[in-house]
Amino acid sequence: MHTKTNLDPVALRADFPILAREIHGKPLAYLDNAASTQKPRAVIEALSEFYSVHYSNIHRGVHTLSEEATAAYEEARDKVAAFIHAPKSRGVIFVRNTTEAINLVAYAWGRTHVRPGDRILVTEMEHHSNLLPWQWLAQETGAELSYVSMTDEGRLDLASLDRLLQGPVKLVAFTHISNVLGTVNPAQEIIARAHTAGARVLLDAAQSVPHMPVDVEALNCDFMAFSAHKMCGPTGIGVLYGKLELLEAMPPLLSGGGMIQRVGRTEAIWDDLPQKFEAGTPAIAEAVGFGAAIDYLSQVGMDAIWAHEQELAAYALEQLEKTPDVRVIGPPAEGRSGVVAFAVESIHPHDLAQMLDWEGVAIRAGFHCAQPLHVCFGLGPTARASFYLYNTREEVDRLVEGVQKTQKRLGVSR
Amino acid sequence: MGDDLYREHILDHYGHPRNEGTLEDADISNEQSNPLCSDVVRLDIRLKDGRVDEARFTGEGCVISMASASMFTEAIQGKTVEELKALQDEDMFKMLGVTLGPVRAKCGLLPLRVLQKGLAHWEET
Repeated sequence: MHTKTNLDPVALRADFPILAREIHGKPLAYLDNAASTQKPRAVIEALSEFYSVHYSNIHRGVHTLSEEATAAYEEARDKVAAFIHAPKSRGVIFVRNTTEAINLVAYAWGRTHVRPGDRILVTEMEHHSNLLPWQWLAQETGAELSYVSMTDEGRLDLASLDRLLQGPVKLVAFTHISNVLGTVNPAQEIIARAHTAGARVLLDAAQSVPHMPVDVEALNCDFMAFSAHKMCGPTGIGVLYGKLELLEAMPPLLSGGGMIQRVGRTEAIWDDLPQKFEAGTPAIAEAVGFGAAIDYLSQVGMDAIWAHEQELAAYALEQLEKTPDVRVIGPPAEGRSGVVAFAVESIHPHDLAQMLDWEGVAIRAGFHCAQPLHVCFGLGPTARASFYLYNTREEVDRLVEGVQKTQKRLGVSR
Repeated sequence: MGDDLYREHILDHYGHPRNEGTLEDADISNEQSNPLCSDVVRLDIRLKDGRVDEARFTGEGCVISMASASMFTEAIQGKTVEELKALQDEDMFKMLGVTLGPVRAKCGLLPLRVLQKGLAHWEET
């Protein structure tokens, strides 16, 4: 029985073959889920079965294998659309990852809509993948790039947003959940304000779609981007969701086979959505694996996953804050996602991550692709633990013990 | 807890760095940061008769990158420019005396990269 808070991580772990591994003789505690997530047997087998039984190229062949493969690929698209409550499957474009999705919008929508003197709004907490494409776009088009600022707590300062929305804003690109701070931004509210000011919105959902229920119609975002590998799916496949009228008006980024209706010697007529944006042979098996991941997550329940992570995050915050010389970055536990970045006095995160690795605990060290965020907080590199449905309180305990051991071992001051 | 990386000599160099500082009249000077995020090493080298006369480093970073930089300034004392140019990644690992995985290797190799960039720049000018 799966109620809101009734998720059994220990039972779920059995679904993930890699979690049975030992690292340096210790059981693996995989706490790097914001970077990428592990795969359940169902996904691994879906890939394997597809290659063993149904594989062929898609959309063009009339033979049985091609029909089966095409059906499987398009069924995966339908699953994604249903998962995010997109009104139509053809508004779901398969790309390589979140980064590619954002670059596609910057290229195909940005260059045809942004003019010199326009304003593009991002925030101080963005991942580099939702920042660099807009820096380039601003440089190329002569638009101005402005930043919504953060509060000391690591939330977005909505007063700053309102001020910046006064100008000629064409686009607001922001993250739903910060991959460093765990902050959950009030996306619906921000999108509404942006629309009132006449701007379009791209939502970076890389850290939200895998962890909580997300409804693109309720949010009313114009574009949304996320990756399969961060939600128990394979690498090499991600999603750009877009409102149909926007996608229909956008030129493709890549051209070639698979995205045309007719080709002549001097010009071609593009295909309809979604094929227009899926030139060449796509990641077919990966799409099928992605569909299996969505099935798995739906079965576990996104509400249950979200409740479980919030509980772990609250516990981790509580335990880390009790540890002397440890500073946790970001807002308090209430409503925060399962991402916890922290700094340990006079211990470099590389060394902390190394020591934790010897205890079998996997965390991340560095800037987590968010250098401006770290600069805002006056921070050097940080350590980051991030949780998912298969993590346990016991693993949080091992994390904290590892921090304490490292402090004892490496507590030299320079 | 694993002692592989944090041997006595590594922690010693980290806690008591040798040749820390800068040189006003450096012949070779360069600063690089680690692609694995955030470690920064600057090397200043003064040459005399074609050999390293004095070498200093400054920087900020993890135990491996800082210990490596400190050990490096000692290791290159008296070396000719040709000998500096001939230094390979292997030499750094031997110097450190520990095994580094491919990701962490970047921390240990950082001082060598700084030297290599510094040498290239010095040759141009």
